[in-house]
Amino acid sequence: MSKTNLTRRGVLKTGAVAGAGVALPTIFTASSAAAYTNEPTGSSVTLGFNVPQTGPYADEGNDELLAQQLAVEHLNGEGDGGCLNTFTSKALKGNGILGKKVEFVTGDTQTKSDAARASAKSMIEKDGAIMINGGSSSGVAIAVQGLCQEAGVIFMAGLTHSNDTTGKDRKANGFRHFFNAYMSAAALAPILEKELGADRRAYHLTADYTWGWSQQESIAAATEAMGWETVNNVLTPLASTDFSSYIAPVLNSGADVLVLNHYGGNMVNSLTNAIQFGMMEKVVNNKDFKIVVPLYSELMAAGAGENIKGVFGSMNYNWQLQNEGSKQFVKSFGEKYGKPPSNSAQTCYAQTLLYADACERAGTFNPCGVAEALEGFEFDGLGNGKTLYRADDHQCFKDVLVVKGADNPTNQYDTLEIVEVTPAAQVTYEPNHPMFGGDEASLGTCNAG
Amino acid sequence: MDAILLQILNGLDKGSAYALIALGLTLIFGTLGVVNFAHGALFMIGAFCAVTLQRFLSLSFETISETEKDFLGNPLKVETPYVESWFGTEVGSSIIDWSVPLSILLAIPIMMLVGLIMERGLIKHFYKREHADQILVTFGLAIVLQEIVKYYFGANPIQTPAPDALSGVANLGAWFGFELAYPVWRIVYFCFAALVIFGVFAFLQFTTFGMVVRAGMADRETVGLLGINIDRRFTIMFAIAAAVAGLAGVMYAPINPPNYHMGMDFLVLSFVVVVVGGMGSLPGAVLAGFMLGILESFASTTWATTTIPGINQIIIYLVAIIVLLTRPRGLMGRKGVMEE
Repeated sequence: MSKTNLTRRGVLKTGAVAGAGVALPTIFTASSAAAYTNEPTGSSVTLGFNVPQTGPYADEGNDELLAQQLAVEHLNGEGDGGCLNTFTSKALKGNGILGKKVEFVTGDTQTKSDAARASAKSMIEKDGAIMINGGSSSGVAIAVQGLCQEAGVIFMAGLTHSNDTTGKDRKANGFRHFFNAYMSAAALAPILEKELGADRRAYHLTADYTWGWSQQESIAAATEAMGWETVNNVLTPLASTDFSSYIAPVLNSGADVLVLNHYGGNMVNSLTNAIQFGMMEKVVNNKDFKIVVPLYSELMAAGAGENIKGVFGSMNYNWQLQNEGSKQFVKSFGEKYGKPPSNSAQTCYAQTLLYADACERAGTFNPCGVAEALEGFEFDGLGNGKTLYRADDHQCFKDVLVVKGADNPTNQYDTLEIVEVTPAAQVTYEPNHPMFGGDEASLGTCNAG
Repeated sequence: MDAILLQILNGLDKGSAYALIALGLTLIFGTLGVVNFAHGALFMIGAFCAVTLQRFLSLSFETISETEKDFLGNPLKVETPYVESWFGTEVGSSIIDWSVPLSILLAIPIMMLVGLIMERGLIKHFYKREHADQILVTFGLAIVLQEIVKYYFGANPIQTPAPDALSGVANLGAWFGFELAYPVWRIVYFCFAALVIFGVFAFLQFTTFGMVVRAGMADRETVGLLGINIDRRFTIMFAIAAAVAGLAGVMYAPINPPNYHMGMDFLVLSFVVVVVGGMGSLPGAVLAGFMLGILESFASTTWATTTIPGINQIIIYLVAIIVLLTRPRGLMGRKGVMEE
């Protein structure tokens, strides 16, 4: 029979020694050179700009890249300083980030999730990028956000409008400055009620992927709440080029509003086709037929040409905004590139500055420190007016623009006119809203690598 | 009733583009035996001929406006097209307005030249190679052409509107006592496609050149033994096929704004059209083009998509499978084409 000398004190002692042993490597690593992924050790820090440089959104990606380059210039104290002059946080001094010169590498998302992940991975692993910013598709944003979470770097999303990015797919390392489908619908609905009335029958054509479903669900819920009837919702393949066979049934459906939940080339073609069929001249149910495009971009407006006259939509930002931040950004961008900035350019510029500012305020590049600095951060002076980075879901809350295709544009950039600036309070929702993953949606924990 | 007629018209319209591209593909395959995956790119280049002429006619000079300001608050640079300054505002703007139909005159020689360069410069070196090699090289060429266009014109679609007089909606049903409104330009497109198809058939049927080409398609060796330079005629047929695809593209520009990948969007479907119609059969390509266009339109109706979800995305391939199972050579395919 064996005898064991097991005592309560002995167990506690052994546990304490074992615990310290397990914790030791972590303590060492925390103070060693590899405290977190891609910790900058030299005199510079590298940011990764992942934008569509090829594929159908290449022009949008190019605009994002111009804005990101401008942001880097301003961070390094070059140029006119841009929004560093108007930003309410005064942590940025124009001497890089935390005294380190800002450098950047670029990747091509091709607007394909796998290609975008591969280019982000390469920038993180080979180039040592400490933050990834950019993109113009929700599918891509969600994929890259997931990758950044695993890799332990911060993802500052570019143009992504699906509710899921900061909804069911939200991540602790991911942050979105751009607005979302719910906000578009919440801002548009009152204007649509005022301009088109509460008694309307809407027919939806919806791009058959995550953003399209999200957009359709949001706008249908908001318009039905004010009394509109949704006659039909037809899902159109993303690869569709000619929408005539989808447009024709609208004419016989009794609908008096067509909602095009399309983006990019899909939107340009479906709107062009709808105009070809004379929809804007039709009178149905004794009302003028109307078309609504919930999400607008300047490049889409340019592609659609004269067809967008009188068509309602929403935007995250428009260069015609007259606040100090916007005026400064338009001046810096316009003087350097000879054109006003787009929606997507502004969000990437703001995100790059916000990231740098958070590093300065946190005093570290450690993603968990940066995330903490961004959470609940309130600011102004970057072009959108007062903005809050909500801690619960990492979504920015700010005013939303309701716009309309200009009736008499005076120049090629004047294609959209701002109908209303909807206050942030009107588009704010609970973090556990059912459209955003409900109670189950969680950021998870921050990953520093 | 009018809903059905509308979808038939939509189908004829889509079918017109399919038929024109498939006709060119079949001409090339029938004469030179090459499976040309760059044919969609020719359609795209045709559309960009319209864009180029529109831009050329809209070339402007700048004057500084005393009263208006640009987006930065500087005096606005007002652009006036040269044609408006030379011919007066009314005539000048009419010339710009009619730039798409005028592009036909530009597109024919340009497309034939592109076709000749393509065939003489690259494709002729692959005649004796396997079909797989031909597909790879022509597909690669398509990507190169696409990227060149994107470099110069960008990735964004470019609006190329039809003339104002042909932009509205025509009430086709007025003659029969019911309402059937259809875009005028789409009717023009269908009529134009029918004219081009008729022209190609007439050329092959009623000219000596066409007769020799048809004989060459049936038995190249014998025609060669008769002392006729069939290769040169086939090269010209390649150029004609390129022009047909280009014209289809020019007239398509106002229907959907051209972008650099529009050729790829049509290419795969056009190949299905060729296979369904029967490899090497010109009437088969035209028939299958219109038939699949109409079927695709009906499959996109609400009724069809709610009855069988996703039918709009698979209908063409479904029909291709059924046709190939029941008629392995396609609807009008000849024995011996692409068979050992």
